[in-house]
Amino acid sequence: MRKDLQARRAFVRTMVAVAMASLVPLGAAQAADPVKVGLMLPATGTFAALGTAISNAFRLYVEEQGGTLAGREIQYATVDDESDPAKATENANRLVVRDRVDVLVGTVHSGVALAMARVARQRDTLFIVPNAGAGDLTGSLCAPNLFRTSFTNWQPAYAMGQAALERGAKSAVTLTWNYAAGQEAVKGFAQAFEAGGGKVVRELALPFPNVEFQAYLTEIASLKPDAVYVFFAGAGAAKFVRDYAAAGLKDSIPLYSSGFLTDGTLEAMGGAGEGLITALHYADGLDNARDQAFREKYQAKYGIAPDVYAVQGYDAAQLLHVGLEAVGGDVRKKAEMRAAMRAATIDSPRGAFTLSAAHNPVQDIYLRRAEGNQNLVIGIAAEKLADPAEGCNM
Amino acid sequence: MDLTTFLIQVLNALQYGLLLFLVASGLTLVFGIMGIINLAHGSFYMIGAYMAFVLTSMTGNLMLAIALGIPLAFALGALLEKLLFVHLYKRDHLEQVLLTYGLILIFEELRSLAVGDDVHGVAIPALFSASIPLSETLSYPVYRLVISAVCVVLAVGLYVLIQKTRLGMMIRAGSHDREMVQALGIDINRLYMIVFALGVALAALAGMLAAPVSSVYPGMGASVLIISFVIVVIGGVGSVWGALVAALVIGFADTFGKVLVPELAGLAVYLVMAAVLLWRPEGIFRKG
Amino acid sequence: MIPASISIAFRIAALLALAAFPLVGSEFYAEVVAKILILAIFAMSLDLLVGFTGLVSFGHAAYFGIAAYAVVLFSPPFAAANLWWVLPASMAVAAAAAFVIGLFVLRTKGIYFIMVTLAFAQMTYYIFHDTALGGGSDGIYLDLKPDATVAGITPFDFAEPLHLYYFVLAALVAVYVFLTLVLRSPFGRVLVGIRSNEHRMRSLGYATFWYKLAAFTLAGGLAGLAGFLYAVLFGFVTPEYLSWHKSGDVLLMVILGGMGNLAGAIAGAFALVGLQELFSDWTKHWQLLMGGVIVAAVLFMPGGLAALPGRLITLLQKRSGRG
Repeated sequence: MRKDLQARRAFVRTMVAVAMASLVPLGAAQAADPVKVGLMLPATGTFAALGTAISNAFRLYVEEQGGTLAGREIQYATVDDESDPAKATENANRLVVRDRVDVLVGTVHSGVALAMARVARQRDTLFIVPNAGAGDLTGSLCAPNLFRTSFTNWQPAYAMGQAALERGAKSAVTLTWNYAAGQEAVKGFAQAFEAGGGKVVRELALPFPNVEFQAYLTEIASLKPDAVYVFFAGAGAAKFVRDYAAAGLKDSIPLYSSGFLTDGTLEAMGGAGEGLITALHYADGLDNARDQAFREKYQAKYGIAPDVYAVQGYDAAQLLHVGLEAVGGDVRKKAEMRAAMRAATIDSPRGAFTLSAAHNPVQDIYLRRAEGNQNLVIGIAAEKLADPAEGCNM
Repeated sequence: MDLTTFLIQVLNALQYGLLLFLVASGLTLVFGIMGIINLAHGSFYMIGAYMAFVLTSMTGNLMLAIALGIPLAFALGALLEKLLFVHLYKRDHLEQVLLTYGLILIFEELRSLAVGDDVHGVAIPALFSASIPLSETLSYPVYRLVISAVCVVLAVGLYVLIQKTRLGMMIRAGSHDREMVQALGIDINRLYMIVFALGVALAALAGMLAAPVSSVYPGMGASVLIISFVIVVIGGVGSVWGALVAALVIGFADTFGKVLVPELAGLAVYLVMAAVLLWRPEGIFRKG
Repeated sequence: MIPASISIAFRIAALLALAAFPLVGSEFYAEVVAKILILAIFAMSLDLLVGFTGLVSFGHAAYFGIAAYAVVLFSPPFAAANLWWVLPASMAVAAAAAFVIGLFVLRTKGIYFIMVTLAFAQMTYYIFHDTALGGGSDGIYLDLKPDATVAGITPFDFAEPLHLYYFVLAALVAVYVFLTLVLRSPFGRVLVGIRSNEHRMRSLGYATFWYKLAAFTLAGGLAGLAGFLYAVLFGFVTPEYLSWHKSGDVLLMVILGGMGNLAGAIAGAFALVGLQELFSDWTKHWQLLMGGVIVAAVLFMPGGLAALPGRLITLLQKRSGRG
């Protein structure tokens, strides 16, 4: 049960009666009090499974440390963001203004995360992003209080562009949903691909989240490029890969993508995804002890295998731990805490990574091949890749 | 665009339009004959798709799943009519809008509780899993052609049902004058139940047929609801023939909109609708 | 019936409570109440159509959203627009859109009207969703809230939550009073006449189409006021503001509160958001409860919340009469 339940019930009664309510603001946090972590993640809707994975892994790390970080107990306040940008500011305020959390963690959807960044900046609250890949978060909106333990949309796409060249492609068509994430990914791919002498012959885009692909597949077939790069995730990804295979294109034109195409969607592709090559900062079958230990513990506790989202959530907790250790658990020492986090090396299941000046991971991007329901690592597409962090002046 | 590509795009447009017709036909029947505005129609499409997923994983065969799913959907429709919609005939449209809006929320959450929020795929029956090569790079999946064929058969079937059978005669009479039909000794309540259940079954069938190509996912009902509305508006309320023409028009507008004016792809359909409304405010094939 | 004096006293008490709320309540909930007040304006604007003119528009969110986009697009990048021109301009854009769409949709009636208003709202939704005009499906931010400076004096500052709250409250009262006056005017009486029998009004010589178009445009402009305030409150606009869910929600507020009753529309806004808050606290499947309430309200509560006190009093009178 959430701690604030009673206050909210009281509020609701008040509203319905259109009368007054008296809600006493919570007192300022004392050093002996728990550290309040606000988890703003999707619990319903398309991204529900991703939100659950992040939340599970975050809690797993804290439990491994005995429920405390740097001697301070960790207390959670949670909000279901429903991946709805229209409610994002209000939901972020629930945690930051109403619950006065010490650190805000979230979320999956980039649009929601952008709204959270604005709220966190106004209140100077520490904000850790465990997934959303919008370039702006560690670009034009970069800030001392904002950290990311995941990726930028640009990173895996850029790596995939290099890998596509190495695999012999000279011309490519790109296809994505026409939204920021897709545009950023296509830009990353094209940058790497054209820098190495390749040519993107056509950039196709369809409105998000439209899934009627047939007209575009016909276009691709008539253009006959050496490779196709796409950015899709979730239901759209599953449908696209099925349609691509059913149109007979899979055998003649290699399909490349950022790893989200095949993460958690291979089962829904029903075999059509077999053999797809994707790039991401995590993969199945990594040869590293940290990853194996993490996978075992996660599997034992939650009964399902962890995924890239779980890893990002786990690392968000690790990063917070580094910060709290540096100040002996005193979250009021903001500058020191942030400096320590900026300098951290995170021993992640994906392999150790550091943070860039813009607070985004500098990490290896793996090349993976889909086999069964796994994305097995087959190599490294780009080593220690840092996002260019356009527009960040920090 | 060369000729082959153009012809393939025409095929795409036809195939998409026919599937839209299947969804919209049930909606236009319920609108036209019962005078009920049913926002939950998209939910029935979603329920059909999820039934295809669940029943296919249980029986191992989509065709068997569809054979089981149609009577289930029909029964669901009959039950809903008896429990809820029967109270709506004498209410105004506003209350129908609200009640069916509430049903959307309920069905979506029940779906979430029963099956979860993950994306699932449904296997194409082995019989239809092949593709026909159309050009040196592009093939056309046989299953998509099967969907189109089923839609054509259903369109003809509906035409025969409404124009040539006794049930169809009662339906046509009922849509013109409820009291008169009752006076003639026809059980109008039972007739309405059948029509409503038929509408639900049509939407569910569309969902079941589309499941293998679209996958099943949360919120899939909402996407077809609005487009079905547009089709009914363009075609004319209650006209099955109009729905067919309108669905094909929309199929073409959408497909060629994407190819020719990609930046306005989502709008093409609505521009067509506005043009039709300007020309004929009550749809192309408004009867009576 | 409830005596008018009690009714008026209740309204004044409610207004005083709303005015005092941010002084005693928490900052977060003051923002929630401000949001509800804005939605109440939105609901009243729709009630003018649904409750008083008999036009069931299922696309009212379009005008709300258009004005919300207008304020962002009219504001220079990284600078504040002046309130005193951007507010009327945003409302005017919304009203103009309602006028143009009204020319189309008012040619239809009944079920058609519902569907066509919905379809046109979807069209405006896709204009913002699919084109680069307002950031596409990602939405767009309002960098700075409008500046209220007039003739060198800045009477209030929207960056102050309290100032914004009272501006919203004042707007609500203004719209309430304005619509009350409109409905008492000859124009308003024609609208109500159209609702009960358009045929008769036309045979009496009224050009009902133009009356309906005027009401549609006015309602669009007032929905625009709500959209403007909403964008200013949250500093962010997405195509979802124009979605049919938003249109459905506002229609629900009107029905829950009781059609054809301005105070009811306000109560409906409080009730709907209140229920959402309450249910989403209980379970993540709160929409199931919401759906149940909607279905039950349609089946068992004709007349909405506004009819409740009257029905209760009637019930009590019956009881006491018997006893």
